[in-house]
Amino acid sequence: MTNLSGVGPLFDATGQVERLSRDNYRFLQRYVLDGSGIVIDSEKDYLFEARLMPLVRRENLRSLNDLCALIKATAATPIRQEILEAMTTNETLFFRDMAPFEALRNSILPELKAKCGPAKRLRLWSAAASSGQEAYSLAMLLLEGGFQNWNLQIAGTDIAESILERARTGRYSQLEVNRGLPVHYLIKYFTRHGLEWQLKDEIRRMVRFERLDLRRATAGPGPFDIVFCRNVLIYFDPTTKRQILAAIQSVLAPGGYLSLGAAETIINLNETLEKCVFGKATLYRNPE
Amino acid sequence: MAKAMVVDDSRAIRLILGRTLEGFGYQVCQAANGREALALLHREGDDLNLVLVDWNMPEMNGLDFVKEVRSNPRYSKLALMMVTTETHIDQVCAALEAGANEYVMKPFTPEIIADKLRLLGCLQ
Repeated sequence: MTNLSGVGPLFDATGQVERLSRDNYRFLQRYVLDGSGIVIDSEKDYLFEARLMPLVRRENLRSLNDLCALIKATAATPIRQEILEAMTTNETLFFRDMAPFEALRNSILPELKAKCGPAKRLRLWSAAASSGQEAYSLAMLLLEGGFQNWNLQIAGTDIAESILERARTGRYSQLEVNRGLPVHYLIKYFTRHGLEWQLKDEIRRMVRFERLDLRRATAGPGPFDIVFCRNVLIYFDPTTKRQILAAIQSVLAPGGYLSLGAAETIINLNETLEKCVFGKATLYRNPE
Repeated sequence: MAKAMVVDDSRAIRLILGRTLEGFGYQVCQAANGREALALLHREGDDLNLVLVDWNMPEMNGLDFVKEVRSNPRYSKLALMMVTTETHIDQVCAALEAGANEYVMKPFTPEIIADKLRLLGCLQ
């Protein structure tokens, strides 16, 4: 066994990375599908290597094939959940894609402010919260939009508990606050802690993070006025997409809005949500 | 074609930022310090849409450059973004008070620059 560059015993004697066998590729594909409902098709097979090699290294294994052998041989080890979490954690950033947040600021929040004014209550849901940037972006947007004295509840959910633990801390690296966050928000809502930036408590306490598998989201704490479920459906098969959309709609208030990712649509998946275009953003409205 | 200027005393940073902006469709000119940048701005100012400027440079630093630019109403619509290793919150505030529109803390990636340009309406 040759240990190259101190990165662990990842190479065989010839220095070649042992490739994931066809059987183990199918096994991992099935394992992730059963565990999370997410389809890793052949165009995304590089994700196995990109996401799982850190676990292979940490466990001092030789290859992804060894990792497969390990989880086949052990029934209930933490690594089984860690594999699912590694495969389902998405890139996220503050105010990702901008357009849906512009739609909220310019059109939807003013509409809801007028509609919900007497009760002064709004509920929002970030359905694939990951490390929290989307949920916290919504919180900052609400404060900037003059909702300070309202009863505001933002739920942030994700299938991966480990990433939610990070989200709850509200602490981000310099690279993370550089991405997408307007600098005026940085100086208003963050404090500096060494090399990292800490979200102030006034934002953190607006968001409650909880683990949730979207495929089992049949009942929730709704109704929600706004749901962000962006860049999630793309990973699921059509049947699961339809189920998830129905589950979200069941907790969406009448007149509430759903935001999907720019590459996602409800065509052939849901017949009752109404398409609404705001500038460059498309959102879906639950009929009154 | 939209025009941008990159102001940094590091040739490597000018090259990297210049290529990044060219990739976004900008025509890019360069200056190595604030004083050079002001001279270039006075020559080409009406055609420029965007300036990316470092903080620490010889001759004239980026903060003084921003103050000079903002004191001239001719450049009131010019987007100014600082790209700097200065990361103390007081410095970020000083740059904004001086008139910078956005602020990027080095190290940066092309994605970070793109995100910030979108915030400024300088990139679709």
